Amino acid sequence: MIRLNVNGRTHDVDADPEMPLLWALRDLLGLTGTKYGCGQALCGACTVHLDGEAVRSCVTPISRAAGRKLTTIEGLENRALQDAWCELAVPQCGFCQAGQLMTAAALLAETPQPSDDEIDRSMAGNICRCGTYSRIRAAIKRAAGVK
Amino acid sequence: MRVFLLLIAACASGKPETLEAKAPAEDPRALRAVASFSSIADRGDRSRALFLEASRVFLHPRCANCHPSGDTPAQGIDMHRHDPPVVRGKDDGGVAGMRCTGCHQDHNLELATVPGAPHWQLAPIQMAWVGKSPHAICEQMKDPARNGRRSLAETVEHNAHDKLVAWGWNPGHGRNPAPGTQEELGRIVQAWVETGAECPPEGAK
Repeated sequence: MIRLNVNGRTHDVDADPEMPLLWALRDLLGLTGTKYGCGQALCGACTVHLDGEAVRSCVTPISRAAGRKLTTIEGLENRALQDAWCELAVPQCGFCQAGQLMTAAALLAETPQPSDDEIDRSMAGNICRCGTYSRIRAAIKRAAGVK
Repeated sequence: MRVFLLLIAACASGKPETLEAKAPAEDPRALRAVASFSSIADRGDRSRALFLEASRVFLHPRCANCHPSGDTPAQGIDMHRHDPPVVRGKDDGGVAGMRCTGCHQDHNLELATVPGAPHWQLAPIQMAWVGKSPHAICEQMKDPARNGRRSLAETVEHNAHDKLVAWGWNPGHGRNPAPGTQEELGRIVQAWVETGAECPPEGAK
């Protein structure tokens, strides 16, 4: 049994310690906001926060999350970022957007007013097949209050 | 019957070639044993030869990929640019949202094919090896300002026992390991230090 703290709630999960965190979140806890993209940490769709650090849940064993604070898109508290996302109508198909938001939130937590280069470097691993990159960058800047 | 005899002949003639190819001095996957350097009478020459042997590990893509001269690591035996695109950041562990440990675990993931080992990160830029000669790497390795503030004894320890260094011989998912073993590298670096930690001349390979 592995104890997970997800979005402030405690869950005891009976699963193999090597089970990918994404499986536990979606299939065992019903938190389906986090998406499965590539399964190899190459696209960023499954990004969640582990003690504030953005990690790819598709390759993170649940044993690594035991005893640590886990945040998914359902528990994301950066309201300014989510408002900016809505105001600029960032998503198109939407599949990658939970991961985009989680990575952007991790960036803003460490760098509240990022430059274009800093945004590009942090967001480089989150792929969007609809090509919403320019709106993603604009929304991050709006949430950060930078032009 | 004729086919059968031909097969026997082929097997018999192939065996010595295979054994010969696996001899330590010829096999690019092997490291020479420290004892094999004892025939070099001059202590300084022996030390330089030992470092050249160790440099085969340092310059192997499995190790050099994370000792880049720039801010982006390489990957693969062909040392292509790391994909997804990542940068070293202030502490050599990536940037916010793209930390090395956001993807790399403390062990290899065979199904996802993501390599991993404890404290996965880039070597500091002062310890860059890509594009450098064995001579330059040797001088760098002896300089505390460019070797992570290590004494020679600590350099031996790092090469012989560090768990991230160890990944070079346990890269997982069918990747080619660095030559020899970490234990053999440790013995070679130890012998290099004991013989005066001499550096090979520029141009020596």
